[in-house]
Amino acid sequence: MSAKEAISELIKALGKENVLSEREDLITYSYDATAVVPHQEPDVVVMPTKTEDVVEVVKIANRYKMPIYPRGSGTNLSGGAIPVKKGIVLSTQKMNKILELDTDNLVATVQPGVIIQDLNDEATKHGLMYPPDPGTVTTATMGGSVSECSGGLRGLKYGVTKHYIMGMELVLASGEVIKWGGKTVKNVSGYDLTALFTGAEGTLGIITKLLVKLIPAPETRKSLLAVFDDLDKAGNAISDIIRHKVIPATLEIMDKVTIGTVENFTHAGLPIDAEAVLLIEVDGYKEVVEREAPIVEKVCRDNGAVDIRVAQTDEERDLIWFARRNALPSLAQVKPALVLEDATVPRSKIPNVIKEIRKIAEKYNLMIGTYGHAGDGNLHPTIVIDPRDEDEVQRMHQAVDEIFHAAIALEGTLSGEHGIGIGKVRYLPLEFGEAGVDTIRRIKEALDPNYILNPGKMVIREE
Amino acid sequence: MSIYTSLGSVSEYVINCTKCGNCQAVCPIFKETLHEVGVARGKISLVEYLLDGKMEMTDGMADRFSLCTTCMACVANCPNAVPSDKIILAARAEAVRKRGMHPIKKVIFKTLKLQRLFDFGMKTGSKFQGLAMKRIEGKHYGARLRFDVGLGKDKVFPNLAAKPFRSQYPTVVKVANPKKRVGFFTGCMINYFYTDMGKAVVDVLTANDVEVIIPPEQGCCGIPASVNGDVASAKALAKRNLKAFEAMGAEALIVSCSSGGTAWKHVYSELLEDEPEFKALADKWAAKTYDINEFLIKVVPFNKEALGPVNRKVTYHDPCHLNRGQGINKEPREILRSIPGVELQEMKDPGRCCGMAGSFSIVHPDLSDKIADKKIADIAGTKTDTVATSCPACRLQLNSGLVNAGLNKDVLHTVQILAESYAQGKKNNSH
Repeated sequence: MSAKEAISELIKALGKENVLSEREDLITYSYDATAVVPHQEPDVVVMPTKTEDVVEVVKIANRYKMPIYPRGSGTNLSGGAIPVKKGIVLSTQKMNKILELDTDNLVATVQPGVIIQDLNDEATKHGLMYPPDPGTVTTATMGGSVSECSGGLRGLKYGVTKHYIMGMELVLASGEVIKWGGKTVKNVSGYDLTALFTGAEGTLGIITKLLVKLIPAPETRKSLLAVFDDLDKAGNAISDIIRHKVIPATLEIMDKVTIGTVENFTHAGLPIDAEAVLLIEVDGYKEVVEREAPIVEKVCRDNGAVDIRVAQTDEERDLIWFARRNALPSLAQVKPALVLEDATVPRSKIPNVIKEIRKIAEKYNLMIGTYGHAGDGNLHPTIVIDPRDEDEVQRMHQAVDEIFHAAIALEGTLSGEHGIGIGKVRYLPLEFGEAGVDTIRRIKEALDPNYILNPGKMVIREE
Repeated sequence: MSIYTSLGSVSEYVINCTKCGNCQAVCPIFKETLHEVGVARGKISLVEYLLDGKMEMTDGMADRFSLCTTCMACVANCPNAVPSDKIILAARAEAVRKRGMHPIKKVIFKTLKLQRLFDFGMKTGSKFQGLAMKRIEGKHYGARLRFDVGLGKDKVFPNLAAKPFRSQYPTVVKVANPKKRVGFFTGCMINYFYTDMGKAVVDVLTANDVEVIIPPEQGCCGIPASVNGDVASAKALAKRNLKAFEAMGAEALIVSCSSGGTAWKHVYSELLEDEPEFKALADKWAAKTYDINEFLIKVVPFNKEALGPVNRKVTYHDPCHLNRGQGINKEPREILRSIPGVELQEMKDPGRCCGMAGSFSIVHPDLSDKIADKKIADIAGTKTDTVATSCPACRLQLNSGLVNAGLNKDVLHTVQILAESYAQGKKNNSH
């Protein structure tokens, strides 16, 4: 039984227009957005348009013992969509319909290929929003971001993807379709499968439908930028804002390296001699915002901010976030490639982890810009490299290794929002211990004994 | 070594693509096909395979490289500022070197290169167009093909002019006290189809005391050839145009077509990189080439005193090669806003490609129409009676889409509305 036969069965089941098997197409599904990981062409790409198609694909895959790699827009940063062992890439991009937007129950029902921004645009029409907003919000699919449990800039106040999933329909490795959850706020029937499958990285089942929670969109917002000449002072300000019972929607930090790089490329007027800047936004009803913004401003000042800029107009607000949005693009201009990590620590440990990262950068002679979601402790140490420089790539790997150890030592986690995928899978024992990793493996094998779903990710099969 | 002569010339650009996939958010092709190869990141990965020697150029690759309107939306949305359009053009040129030219295109470009044959064909065609084309009843909307020859039967083409634009005018259109003497590069669409657009350019320039030189030896801008990898034809056309304008002498060169502007401002210098004499000429003319909107705002500020009222509710479509290609988007709007009686209403996403992309619409008529449908829906969402743009190719596409959607709107170049205003002003003054 060959891949060729499998392909003709797939064509028979899904139609020629939904199957790609020419090499010129397969090459373009050999990667995702992850830097410096091996690419691999699949044998075939399928683009199902409905749940029944997905079932057919799974049945054929089982018959031919071909692995399936569910894929959204291929924007993830952990190698999760790369078909490492060849086989079938299952793109959900044609399952891109918003099936229902229930404004009474505040629930949207969507297919997995819906782009997050498209859902938000639809929700906005009703004064609602779907809060998870990863940096890839205009490109990433709902299925992909649920499978990676994406976070984003608003995690501190609004939580992350897993806090918005109310139910799913899913095709198991056996080809059976299961569904659970619904439009009720309360539901304790059975085990919490939502918790299991959100962030499962497509290793346990293939999502074919999602019920997600929407919330009222905030009425207004206010942004400010606080400049610090000392990292610890910035760190204290972060915790102190929370201690004052203010939960900003967004609380971001940029370190000195990032500030300098952003300013160099954008001339947005950032203070290049600062050790750190905090970019903060509070949102909600007008009355709430008017109470909270001055508290944030005062806390920053009391903690030694040398300069505070409160955006008075939309233009000033845009300028603040323009600087933050340009962190990644500016760092990207420095060298051809960048490795974007997402080690996460409790927010009180932010200054410690930034200092650790600086030491590591010096030790390995690398440029690492650190910025990210300070409010929820999720930082993005970003290492800029030239992949043609083998020595630099080697040093990068060592640095990443040390960053993971540092995050765990500070009671943090390997990954706040990008997922384990192929890159971090060998570090899992650091965080989970051997028994923990074995538990994960047993869950995997209970649901997918033949490792047919996204093999090589999250769990390493014992030979 | 330019992008037109060597694929290796883009390797520095290629390495900067991190495969982040941001191009997916804006690519008009990808929005329709949802195939990864439609988007810049996908095509760049094919180029990587070619550069690394992991795969030879195939006809299949050439087909995939043709799937791009070169609208540059991906370039504008790329965090690493990767010039994907250049990479794709280089790949197309490589495909022609390795696999030869698509047979239909081969004939077309060869004809374009032989200006006299082309001119004869277009003039003859204007007499016999009724045989192949079926006019649309009502206004002068244009005609559809009677038979599908692979171009799709739905596309509404403008009627061929009875007399080409350049045959209607003397080589020099004089004014009493010229402020400036400029050359007018008409491009083919204005010469053979949209002579009204050319007339408006001349009317507006002369109304502003600018003398207009229209060298009769000018021909096709060469963009249809260069974007499809026919570098030899493109070079020949570039040289002919440079020689034609150099011989006439002028202080500036005016274009009212976004492809023509791109050709003179950017492409000729790149194409002729290996020929120092022509390269110098191309650089010289690039520096004094202006889009008509740009010229009227920045070089000879247009006379607002003489404007008369024009009652139009207008929405403006940004041509890709004017907006992203030349950074001109404020100027046409400024012109429209200054015309008394014109009400400018923005459509959603005015900078999204209309899907025409010159020969792209010939090779991929279905895709071109699908992309147009989105644009037409955005236009339909405005309460306007006129669509303004600054490119004859966009005008063709928008008009075709509007006619097929049953929407009764004029599609005009900004300068045509300005010309109307001057005409109205003159009329009012003479009363």
